[in-house]
Amino acid sequence: MRRSLVAAFALCLSAGGVRAQEPAKLPAAEPIKLDVVNDSLPKSLTATPGNAEAGKKVFLTRTLGNCLACHQVTSLKSEEFHGEFGPSLDGVAGRYTEAQLRLIVADPKRVFTDTVMPAFFKNDGLSRVRPEFVGKSILTAAQVEDVIAFLKTLN
Amino acid sequence: MAPRYVGLAAAIALAASVATAALAQDAERKGIPAPPGHVFNTIISGYQFRSKETRALQDDDLENPGFLAVERAADAWKKAEGSEGKSCMSCHGQPETSMKGVGATMPKWDDKLKKPVNLEQRINICRVEHMKAEPWKFKSRELTDMTTFVKYQSHGMPVAVKTDGPMSPWFERGKQTYYTRYGQLDLACASCHERNNGKFMRADFLSQGQTNGFPTYRLRDQRVVPLHERFEGCMFDVRAEPFKPLSDEFLALELYVAWRGIGLPVETPSVRN
Repeated sequence: MRRSLVAAFALCLSAGGVRAQEPAKLPAAEPIKLDVVNDSLPKSLTATPGNAEAGKKVFLTRTLGNCLACHQVTSLKSEEFHGEFGPSLDGVAGRYTEAQLRLIVADPKRVFTDTVMPAFFKNDGLSRVRPEFVGKSILTAAQVEDVIAFLKTLN
Repeated sequence: MAPRYVGLAAAIALAASVATAALAQDAERKGIPAPPGHVFNTIISGYQFRSKETRALQDDDLENPGFLAVERAADAWKKAEGSEGKSCMSCHGQPETSMKGVGATMPKWDDKLKKPVNLEQRINICRVEHMKAEPWKFKSRELTDMTTFVKYQSHGMPVAVKTDGPMSPWFERGKQTYYTRYGQLDLACASCHERNNGKFMRADFLSQGQTNGFPTYRLRDQRVVPLHERFEGCMFDVRAEPFKPLSDEFLALELYVAWRGIGLPVETPSVRN
């Protein structure tokens, strides 16, 4: 049985940006719609391709992806404390296509229905969200694309 | 040795080695067998998930900082407050006998209020109704101290909440809350404490989320923390709007989570991360 994917926890309030803030977001209440095709998201969420180096920072930052909270990555072993909730991401680029990875990061419960991994690009259908996060996704579209670019380096 | 005894000896040796192997697996975290129909096979106190140093701190009554709360409340127990001129002791006498076992069975049904009350609420009911004193605020040192003190009188006794009769809908409500995913991170109590206990989430080693040690001396807070404050903290961390301390939601959850630890010895004042 495939282990359920589990990911990140952002535990603090201040989402200190690791890159320049995204330009003016759409009105916050607009629910994000994902263009799902065969359990994947073939279309990029942004016009520009993701940046792996920026994605690595999003991946590591506790208030953003915080992916190491649950996953292990051998190439990041200089970072302390890799979590155990989810599987190792070593070689994840070989196990999933970019389009599959995009959906797994954006809304993993659409792929692994029973996973505890949060959806990183979803802003509705959640319960009792703290006011400062209402209508907001954990990551921006650009941050998701950056994380995908980083995951693609994990061969 | 007659052959039949050789066979018996071999059987004993085999049984012993199987037992040893099983013991080796559980050696790190000892628990108690759960009653039939329980969610866990083995119910394990948070104590078993903590470091050797943290456990040693809890085990030494002189070093355990939680005992400062116990000592403060032992004085408060005798202090008359309110217009009736009464102290806790005026009605309850020696806490070692009158309060023995009380904390292990909370929250408990209150016939007058027609709902369960927990220890904090029971203490304040006493203050308002019998002492004619002001209720203590939740999270105040006074209330947490007294809660710790009363619970401590059940130290070592098994958690024994009643979940049937009028408590039954409250139990179900608490259970529903336990399994509901909340907040932007979309996590339920069960996501971490049922499905992932015994695993690391970053540097945090997840326990079963048992409540037998509450109020607990929390090392990171450097003070004794009541249960509903911990509930609030968990919800806040998943970016959810927490329920209010002493709300019906948290009361129901307290009841349900106490049942998940049924039979565990009361450890108050425990020491946790």
